[in-house]
Amino acid sequence: MTLCRPFPRSLRSIDGLAAQFRRAYATQVSTASTRRLNVPIDFGATALLHHHRSSLATAPEIPSDGPSSRLNLCQSVNSALRTALSSSEKVLCFGEDVAFGGVFRCTLGLQEEFGKERVFNTPLTEQGIVGVAIGAAAEGMKPVVEIQFADYVFPAFDQIVNEACKFRYREGTSGGNAGGLVIRTPCGGVGHGALYHTQSPEALFCHVPGVRVVMPRSPSQAKGLLLSAIMDCQDPVIFMEPKILYRAAVEEVPDQAFTLPLGKAEIVKPGNDLTIVSYGRPLYTCLAAIEAAEKDLSGLRVELIDLRTIYPWDRQTILDSVKRTGRAIVVHESMVNFGVGAEIAATIQEHSFFSMKAPTKRIAGWTTHTGLAYEKYILPDVTRIYDGILKSMEY
Amino acid sequence: MEWEAPSNTTPMPTYSIMNANNMIEDPTQITSDIPVEDVLTWYKNMLTVNIMDGIMYDAQRHGRVSFYMVSAGEEAIMVGSAAALAKKDVITCQYREHGVFLQRGFELKDFMSQLAANCNDPGKGRNMPVHYTGREKVGVHAVASTLGTQIPHAVGAGYALKMEALDSTVEPGVAVAYFGEGAASEGDFHGALNMAAMIQSPVIFCCRNNGYAISTPASEQYRGDGIASRGAGYGIEALRVDGTDIFAVYEATKAARRKALEDGGRPILLEFMSYRISHHSTSDDSTAYRGHNEVSYWNSAQRNPISRLRQWLEAKNAWSEELDVQTRAQIRKDVIRELSLAEKEKKPALKEIFTDVYAELTEEVESQRQELREIMQKYPAEYDINQHKGGLGGL
Repeated sequence: MTLCRPFPRSLRSIDGLAAQFRRAYATQVSTASTRRLNVPIDFGATALLHHHRSSLATAPEIPSDGPSSRLNLCQSVNSALRTALSSSEKVLCFGEDVAFGGVFRCTLGLQEEFGKERVFNTPLTEQGIVGVAIGAAAEGMKPVVEIQFADYVFPAFDQIVNEACKFRYREGTSGGNAGGLVIRTPCGGVGHGALYHTQSPEALFCHVPGVRVVMPRSPSQAKGLLLSAIMDCQDPVIFMEPKILYRAAVEEVPDQAFTLPLGKAEIVKPGNDLTIVSYGRPLYTCLAAIEAAEKDLSGLRVELIDLRTIYPWDRQTILDSVKRTGRAIVVHESMVNFGVGAEIAATIQEHSFFSMKAPTKRIAGWTTHTGLAYEKYILPDVTRIYDGILKSMEY
Repeated sequence: MEWEAPSNTTPMPTYSIMNANNMIEDPTQITSDIPVEDVLTWYKNMLTVNIMDGIMYDAQRHGRVSFYMVSAGEEAIMVGSAAALAKKDVITCQYREHGVFLQRGFELKDFMSQLAANCNDPGKGRNMPVHYTGREKVGVHAVASTLGTQIPHAVGAGYALKMEALDSTVEPGVAVAYFGEGAASEGDFHGALNMAAMIQSPVIFCCRNNGYAISTPASEQYRGDGIASRGAGYGIEALRVDGTDIFAVYEATKAARRKALEDGGRPILLEFMSYRISHHSTSDDSTAYRGHNEVSYWNSAQRNPISRLRQWLEAKNAWSEELDVQTRAQIRKDVIRELSLAEKEKKPALKEIFTDVYAELTEEVESQRQELREIMQKYPAEYDINQHKGGLGGL
């Protein structure tokens, strides 16, 4: 008979190494390290978020008259959905698990408030969800559907590319369109999503024109952009929500309804020496890299631009910027090959060739899949962006 | 264990009204007095589709149109089902439903404009022939070549109609999706039916089982009992109908519409059995995969839907050989006249290359339009600019 043995000595004696591996996926991580660059982003301090009401006044297009509340990204999405559902009977909200609040709680309380006819669960079928939504949009409804993870959008790819994108075009003079459609989907890496809870497929939806692809960087941006997508936009929208920001990004968000323009990039940090273009979660990584580089290279001023709408994109803002700076870097999570960065880089070299002092660098996911053990090496980190800034300035 | 073996269940019966001699033995099966004038209209519409199909098939062989799809054998399905629907009902279809368009009000000029891709085509010359845009005139979503994608659209459209009818002053409408037995193998069929049953959308799924998906006979398309038997799997009431018996088609569709509006709305499945007398399209030669005897069996006077109705009409003294000859000749003249007129019209303006992808032209596409204009101005001889309305000015 084997008795319970005490915890083996050998394991108990491994201290330093075990301490690193234990709780590697815990939310709270203590870093006793000599790292300067690849340290966790301090979302509580980043300049990209409005930590105080007063900073809302400096934000272009965001109302600062009136009360605001501290919301995280999923709360601000919830707020936008509530506003949209209140303002028009045509707004519907359906998808897998949305009734109880959704796996990320973005639809919390909506079914109770607006009823089962307008907010409801669907069977497990992305192609069914998007196909039904297109048909409803074609008859004047505003369906805001959720694809539970961007990794699972692919069964709906045919409906998006062959139907939603082409609907208005093939209807011609009849004016028929699926413009009322909004597809919301969590995207991006969280550190442990691995192959199928990490993807950011925005590039795939930018190639066949006909839908707008939007990615907010913060709770206040999400509210304004999502309301614009639902209430004003005449085109179908794919609204990609960086899931790591659902809880991490917390800021003051105006209580009132407001919209932010689609198709317009925003210069979140002005500068004259180098332009960095990005969107979504990597913006925070970029800002950390910029701060480190500006500390190390005195006088350096890097301009950081948030695309916000990835397609159709605000080419003018980016081209105006690189005309001034002469150097550009594009940063995105998904693979570098044939990604959004390729389009931006090609556009820059086509229109600003002689203004450029260095080649346009794309810092993005390596051309591989996001294996669990390797995520932090694959997705662009502060070190790579920092190094990219230095290389561009040294060119 | 009591296994449910498919061989234990008897195949679903096929509903018909006309007997083998094309008489209606049981007049109570006709639920309301259909005036003979209406039946005559049905007959003339069936003739019109059939004759138009024959002329357009030849026109393709002569190079006057790039492509065509004949719908011979399915005239009763198209005309009979459409006759039982209301004007406000919203229809999505596959591509072999010309008779639906005609019965609902399409005129020869409408067909020919699309077939010639001229400036009168509401689809602005964007779609292949027989992919009609009929939203404004006949309430049919523009036809797409993708198979099955239209099925969930009808589910969403039906749901929109249901929401609209909650405002009780509005007459309720139904949505209708037409598709072939081959398209019913696509995932969109499954997603659509399951969702329709769950969200209780007032939609009639009309399957045209014509025995072939290009060269694939139904025996290689499914092992189950056709398409109607699938309804049970989704909790949807279904009926199999003799698609060559126009009275059965009409009454079944009428009953389906009434049922679909019961209890606030629910989906209904109809499977119309018929035979695709024609080749799949002008790109197909069906002698490569089926025998002549099989085709002539289904094209015989006893089985062809047009001759079946003709026998009924002549037995009622509402029609004659002489009238038939006259009418066919007149239809032939009308079709050829409209085709010739349509061919003489200009193609749509060149700017329609770019419009309607988004509600508004994007800055990027504006610059592409300019680029194309410059090329055409520089090399005018290389382009047939003047075939298009407005010539270069129309770009």
